[in-house]
Formats: sequence, structure tokens, C-alpha cells
Amino acid sequence: MSNLLNISSSPHVRDKSSTKSIMWDVFLALLPAALFGIYNFSIKAKSINAVLLIVVCIATCVLTEYIWETCMKLPLTVSDGSAALTGLLLALNLSSTFPVWMAIIGSVFAILVVKQLFGGIGQNFMNPALGARCFLMVSFAGQMTSFTYDGVTGATPLAIIKTGKIPEGLSEPGLLDMFLGNIGGTIGETSAIALLIGAAYLLYKKIITWKIPVCYIVTFAIFFLIFGTNMDGVASMDITVLCKELCGGGLILGAFFMATDYVTSPITPNGQIIFGVILGLLTGIFRVFGASAEGVSYAIIISNLLVPLIERWTIPVPFGKEGLKDE
Amino acid sequence: MSNATFRGGVHPYEGKELSEDRPIKTVTAAKGDFVFPMAQHIGAPATPIVQKGDKVLVGQKIGEASGFISANICSSVSGTVKAVEPRMLLNGAQATCVVITNDGEYTGIEGLGEDRDYTKLSDDEIRNIVKEAGIVGMGGAGFPTNVKLAPKEPDAIDYILINGAECEPYLTSDYRQMLECPEEIVGGLKVILKLFKKAKGLICIEDNKPAAIQKMQEAVQGEARIDVKVLKTKYPQGGERTLISAATGRKIYSKKLPADAGCIVDNISTVIAIYRAVCKQTPLITRVMTLTGDAFKTPVNVNVRLGCNHADLVAEGDGFATEPKKIISGGPMMGFAMFDLNVPVTKTSSSILAMTGDQVAEFDPTPCIRCGRCVSACPGNLVPQKMAHAALHGDYEGFEKLSGMECYECGSCTFVCPAKRPLTQTFKQARQYVMAQRRKK
Repeated sequence: MSNLLNISSSPHVRDKSSTKSIMWDVFLALLPAALFGIYNFSIKAKSINAVLLIVVCIATCVLTEYIWETCMKLPLTVSDGSAALTGLLLALNLSSTFPVWMAIIGSVFAILVVKQLFGGIGQNFMNPALGARCFLMVSFAGQMTSFTYDGVTGATPLAIIKTGKIPEGLSEPGLLDMFLGNIGGTIGETSAIALLIGAAYLLYKKIITWKIPVCYIVTFAIFFLIFGTNMDGVASMDITVLCKELCGGGLILGAFFMATDYVTSPITPNGQIIFGVILGLLTGIFRVFGASAEGVSYAIIISNLLVPLIERWTIPVPFGKEGLKDE
Repeated sequence: MSNATFRGGVHPYEGKELSEDRPIKTVTAAKGDFVFPMAQHIGAPATPIVQKGDKVLVGQKIGEASGFISANICSSVSGTVKAVEPRMLLNGAQATCVVITNDGEYTGIEGLGEDRDYTKLSDDEIRNIVKEAGIVGMGGAGFPTNVKLAPKEPDAIDYILINGAECEPYLTSDYRQMLECPEEIVGGLKVILKLFKKAKGLICIEDNKPAAIQKMQEAVQGEARIDVKVLKTKYPQGGERTLISAATGRKIYSKKLPADAGCIVDNISTVIAIYRAVCKQTPLITRVMTLTGDAFKTPVNVNVRLGCNHADLVAEGDGFATEPKKIISGGPMMGFAMFDLNVPVTKTSSSILAMTGDQVAEFDPTPCIRCGRCVSACPGNLVPQKMAHAALHGDYEGFEKLSGMECYECGSCTFVCPAKRPLTQTFKQARQYVMAQRRKK
């Protein structure tokens, strides 16, 4: 025979989706939120900083990965889009006035320390973007929590709700504004509607399932209804306040885009439900009882650390062995 | 209500349109050598009972079953035994083969093809005929059918499932047989039902074959004990465990036989073989194959004599339009990649699938991103990601703890993996290792 035939073990066909297609789909799903952030913080506020942060974070993440893998003689994984995605997520988690040089430090930290030092894609134990955000929060607390909106620097909507203090020049945020995103906050977290459009795309493309985000949000909602307080510090069971809590503080961004990060969430179906519930509880505890009004990032990275444990508890029962004892 | 199915599974490109409208063409066998491997079933190889120089007839037994789980081999041609020697099989292994030079006369043994009234036969006579005819599961596993038909408690069997799911992409041989000889399928099923007085026959077909469903429904009209069960189209719907679960709601695992769930599962070709053996006095000497794939000029379904050379069949599909890069015996999910076409057709050869591209070679595996698609796809409710991790690190104990031995290598996890990791291949290796270790003990 002139041409040798290929042989390999079955199966001989593969699905179309790849790591690359998944990463770029998530990237695409974040674009509505990113574009709204640019509109909200760059166009409306006539400041280039938000655009700059997005571009610089993506570029730094990709470059860091490229340099590291080249130096360490590792296969290049830049084209799979995961580094770019980390950069975009990190930028969306920063205040629009955050200094660019600090963002560069954060991006390098995300890729180098959280991702590459633990073995690169698939090996990181916490979400790189959130790891970096928490690192920046600890290092540069002032800049990380300084939010400017409509020319006024002040607290985020959730802080206003929590403390009941409305800073001068700001008004109490309305629910519609919070849903649409006409509020202060990090670049990507303000517009619930833009985030939900992206989330719908991910669900439609079956890139994420409902389990983690729905369990997360429902658990948080129940927790908040029971323990949450209104502006006067009284337990309120107030649905409007609850809705504001759901729209604000990056809960939607976190629930649909970061808690669902494949690498750092459980792969077992029941584990995903438990993971969502833990996230909801932690976020509730941090927001209601914690010092800060937000808590999504910390809730997610702490839950990330629990993933191996959750998976160990939730290995599914094999087909046909339901109700049988292990022999 | 949606059609019955199971949890998990995948939807690969079906490719059935290539050959589904092509009627089964009987191949005029080439003169020359026919090769009959003595090992073409699960269990002990048969013992050759002819010698070099012997004259043999069509339907004559040339290999004798050599154990409880073993099967007879019958000649599909008449002629002279040229040799009894080891020859290469399609999986690359050597096995003892009886080589017969076809004289082109097709002189049959006495009574070959003549009618026989199965209602006058005793149950043991029927089982013996099936055994003598060398019938094995023709879906791919090759388990001796007479053993299946003799469970420990025949009265506990209440379902005879005829597997017409044909969930492997590309294959259309069962489909064509359902369209072209439904009465033989029903006839074979009635023979089995005679053995199991309390059982009900279900002909299970995926809902992507409406013509076959209609044809079989017409064929079972008036048969009180036979029904057609429509199943959802999803791979691996035709797997034994998934089929039983979808059709009856019962579940079995690796340590259970279908009979433990009151079921006997036989595939379409096997039932037809039973019908022909019992009612037409014809042992298993032919089978229907699908010659398909984008490399064939004219994909086609053919009825071939066992023992013929795969290479001789290529002409039946008008040859190759493009030089194939990969040729698979069986379906693309569980079939076997052939390195050479010069190997004989056996009882379990369901197709020649010739593809101009090789998707496996196109992709390099990348690191696992823990997306969990393998977990959702696994029909066995396993965690392939963790099993692969254990197996690749040599942690076979961990592999077993994760129920790795429950895997039946359907390939769903590997199909969906976006990182293109060779999961099934890893499991095959690990399972073989564990089984070898168990035998040592």
C-alpha cells in the first residue's frame, strides 16, 4: 500500500468545541458588560482610564503568559484565550479610576502567581482574576475602593444601602438604575442587564449550566431575606432592597462568570449545587455581618479552596449501583 | 411525552444519510481464498475440525466450539481447505484460521435453506440449532447467543429486547434489514419468545429511523407478545445497559447480566441469524455490512459471505473517490481502526467506514480545564476526569475506587472533551491492567 492508514484507539470522532472556542465564547459573553462599562465610565465621564484598564489588563496577562512559557520552554497556550479572558475579567473587577500601573501588577500576579506557578491552565486552585483582585484589594485598598460616578467620588450603592449614609452629591440609587447600570462600581459589575445578556448566551451555548449561578443567587436571596437589614438597620424582608443587593456588588458578574470558572468549580453535578449554596451563604455573611458591603470576590475564592473537598463528597453513584452498598 | 432514553450520552454527526437509502446488495463472492478465523467471538477460540485438502460444503461446520463460552464456525463457501494456519486479523493479532479455496459452486450441505417449522421443535432443540449454527451477538461484542438463550432461570425473563437502536453514526445495516426483511426479524423474535413463555418482545428503535419504526409496527400487527419501542436518538442508546434502562426502566451494572434484570438483548442481525438457522436451516454464514464514509464513491449496504477479504469489498462501493486516511471496522465511536484491508470479514464486522480525514490526528491533547462535559456525557454516571487523573498517575486503586471498572468504553467522554484528551484510551489501558492484576490473584 502506498499510503499508510492512520490507526488509533476508538472513538475516532470528536466534538467541535475546544478549549479555545469555549474561552472565546466566554470572552464574547463578557463584551456587553465591558462595552457598557466603557460607555458608563469612559464615554459618559470623558475619561480614557476605563478603556485603558481593559486593554492593559488583557495585554499584560497575555504577555506575561507568553514570556513565562517562552522562558520556561513550555508549549505556548496564549492562543487558547484563557489569559486574555483573565485580563478582561480582572479589568471588569477594577474601579474605573484605578491606576494603570497597579493594574499591571495585578495582571502579572494573576497569570504568574495564581495560574502559571501552579502549573498553567487547568491547574490553578483559585480564579486568577479574583485572586489578583483580592491581592490588589489588600495592597491598594484605597484605590480599589474609590469609585467615581458622574464626577462624584463616593461609596458604592451597596455601601449606601448598608450604612444608610448618602454621601453629598449622590442620591440613593434606584432599582432601575442599578438594573441598567447607571451607578458607580467596578467597570464591569454595574449593569445587571448587560451581564444577564452575556449569561444567557453562555447558558444557550451550554458553556455553563444553571446549577452554580442559580443555587448561588437563590441561597443568597434567602439568606438576605432572613438576616438582611434595611437602611435603618432593621430586619426588613424588603424585596426592593433584596433586588438591589442582587443587582449590585458584582453578584451577577461573580455568579455567572467567575463562580462558574471550570477550573475552580466542582465537576460533579451535586458538588456544583453545594458549591452554589456555600457561595450564597458566604456572600450573605460577608455582606450582612462583614465590615464591607461587598463580599462576592472573597466568597468565590474561599469556595474555590473547598472544591477538592466538595468533589470528594459528591462522587456520583455509578449507573445501576443506586442503593447498593460498596463491595 | 418524549421518547425513552437514559441520562448522559452525546450527539455525534450521524452520517447515516450517506447509505440509508441504498438497498442491501448481495455481493457475488470473488473466487479465491476465504479465511475463517477460529477466534471471532468472545470466549475460547473454536477448534478446527477440517484439515488441509478436505472438501467442504456451504454451511459445513469447520470449527467446533471448545468450551462453554465459545462458538462454532461454519464455511460460507464450498471448496477445498487450502491451509489451517495463523493469519492476521483486523485488530493486528494472529489467530488460527481455516483457509478455504472457493470453487464457486456453492454446493450446500444437506437441507441447507429448507424450511423448518420451529413450533415442532423442543426448546432444547432450538438452543442446540442456534449453537450449531455458530450464532454470536453480531452488534460487535460477539457473545455466543446460545449461552444468552440459556439463562439460569428462564422463567424470570420477561423482556426480549431486540436492539435496533443502531446508535453508532454511519452504520445503516440494521436499518436496512428492518426495512427489507421485517418478517425475518419478527420470525426470529417469535422463536426466542417460544423459549421464554413469560416474556414480551420489544423491538427498540431510535426515533431517527421513522421508516423502520413504521415498517416494524406493521410487521408486528396481530402479534400479541411483540411491540415496537421508540427510543430517543442519542449515543450510546444501543449499549446493553442504556437500552435496558430506556426500554424497561431497569438498571444493571458490570457485575450483572441482562438476565438479572429479566432481559435478553439481541441485535437485529442476530435475530435474523436465529430465524435463518431455526426456520431456514442456514447457519451463520453471511452478514450485512455498511460500506460508507466520505472516501467511498458510492456508499452502499451489502450482504457478504463471512470469510471474504475486506479489500475485495471496496469495489462494491465503486472504489474510493479519495484515498482514505483512516478506515474503521464498525462505527466511529467504538469501531476498530484498520491498518490493512487484507483481513477477513468476521461475524462481528459491521462496516467498512472509510474517512478522508482523521479527526484524532488533527488535534493535540491540551491540559484538562475541568469543564465537566465528560461527567455530563458519561452514561455510566462516572467521573472520567478523575478516573483519567488516577489512571495516568498509576493510581489503579484510586481508579477502581472511582468505579473505573464500570466504564464500558463507549467513548462519549472523549468525544465531548474540548481539550481533546484521550480519556477512553486511558481507561482501556487501566481496565486491562486491573483485569490482568485480578487474574494474577
